[in-house]
Amino acid sequence: MKFLCLECDEAMDFAERQLPGDGTLAVVFKCPGCGREMAMLTNPMETQLVSSLGVKIGGRDVPAQPMELVRGSLEGGREDAFQEPANALSQDVPVAGVTNPADAGPLVWTPEAVDRLSNVPKFVRGMVKRIYGEWAREQGVAEMTPELMDQARTELGMEGM
Amino acid sequence: MRKIRTYKEVQHSTGSEILEQVVDQLGQLAARLSTVGTVVAVASGKGGVGKSAITANLAAALAMRGHRVGAVDADLNGPSLGRMLGVSGMSLGDSPDGVEPPQGVQGVRVMSMELLQDAEDTPLGWRAPDFGKFTWRSTLETGVLREFLADVAWGELDFLLVDVPPGTDKIERLLELLPDLDQALLVTTPSESARFVVSKSLRLVQEAGVGVVGLVANMTEHECSQCGHRSSLFESGGAERLAAESGVPLWASIPFDPRLGASTDLGEPLVTKEPDAASSRAILALADRVAAAAQAGANTQ
Repeated sequence: MKFLCLECDEAMDFAERQLPGDGTLAVVFKCPGCGREMAMLTNPMETQLVSSLGVKIGGRDVPAQPMELVRGSLEGGREDAFQEPANALSQDVPVAGVTNPADAGPLVWTPEAVDRLSNVPKFVRGMVKRIYGEWAREQGVAEMTPELMDQARTELGMEGM
Repeated sequence: MRKIRTYKEVQHSTGSEILEQVVDQLGQLAARLSTVGTVVAVASGKGGVGKSAITANLAAALAMRGHRVGAVDADLNGPSLGRMLGVSGMSLGDSPDGVEPPQGVQGVRVMSMELLQDAEDTPLGWRAPDFGKFTWRSTLETGVLREFLADVAWGELDFLLVDVPPGTDKIERLLELLPDLDQALLVTTPSESARFVVSKSLRLVQEAGVGVVGLVANMTEHECSQCGHRSSLFESGGAERLAAESGVPLWASIPFDPRLGASTDLGEPLVTKEPDAASSRAILALADRVAAAAQAGANTQ
């Protein structure tokens, strides 16, 4: 799927993705030549068609997590299907800009963020936490708050998780 | 009419190329299975021929011979392999490198939809729009099967068995994911209707160039527990005829034994519980043929 700016004859770049939460999708592409923007809007069935492939319009911001498709799609997932490592809640990811992992500082989760995370169904919680961690690393975020979780969820298309 | 550049003429990537992302997924699948010696599909095309029970017993039999074995239940809508290999209710280890599968009978590593669903009487359902399921459901379930193969930390295995559900389309689905499938065992019964359907599956795997193909005839005869008299369950010798017509070897003829299904359904494959039963002996011999074919394949590489 490519978008071509007919004025400039340039392929448009992915700019932004939004999932309003009603099953629809909005993806913005921008022409690198003239700056013109366009939004591709899909209805729930069209969104589902693409997400069923396990692909992302605009590409991936963070690496795919193991069993991301089934965990994000299955209705009635078993609460204890996945056993997180014993120290899962204290496991953190290095922050961006640190080239030596040994020097990497931990990602701090505020109590409010931990509380928010604890409301995520266990079936997907471990995966969701890793996705937030990967996003934080990409963004150079050192402290995860509920507001940043909202931002990450929208940017990454994690509605419903 | 103005000239608009075609997709192929536009070289610039927007990160939205779906085919390229799917190809990447298949590359990750191949990388995951690079530590697996031989992938064996246990298929039929026909339902009710005993594929899952044979898969469970074959997995246990291979493990009893000292091989490292994994088993994937590709029947997402009617999973049974988890129960048969004794992993019901077990959890999967969650790690960024892959999901750790539970180990069941004889240490067989198992992945099944049964491990993910919260209730055994819940039909498989997806969080998705109700309208137009026919447009995406098969695609999604193929993606989930890909994850069962690619996202499980199988580790070093000698054999990974895949229990393929009924329907020749399900065999095609697996071949799309595993174009270099090592072995296919096609399970049939001696009945003419089974022969008819399995012949289609046989043609599919042959045309796909699967390295080794063997036929398995299940429920070939019944031995009376009182007098020992043996009688055929089916009048037709469909399996033998299919083997003769296709030139594909009949690797095993497994006699009907009610204990095979009963024991396996309880998570105790009969080969482990009663290895001297006639059906167990046939499956153990099948395991030896599978292993010998894998060894022969390894020797030619």
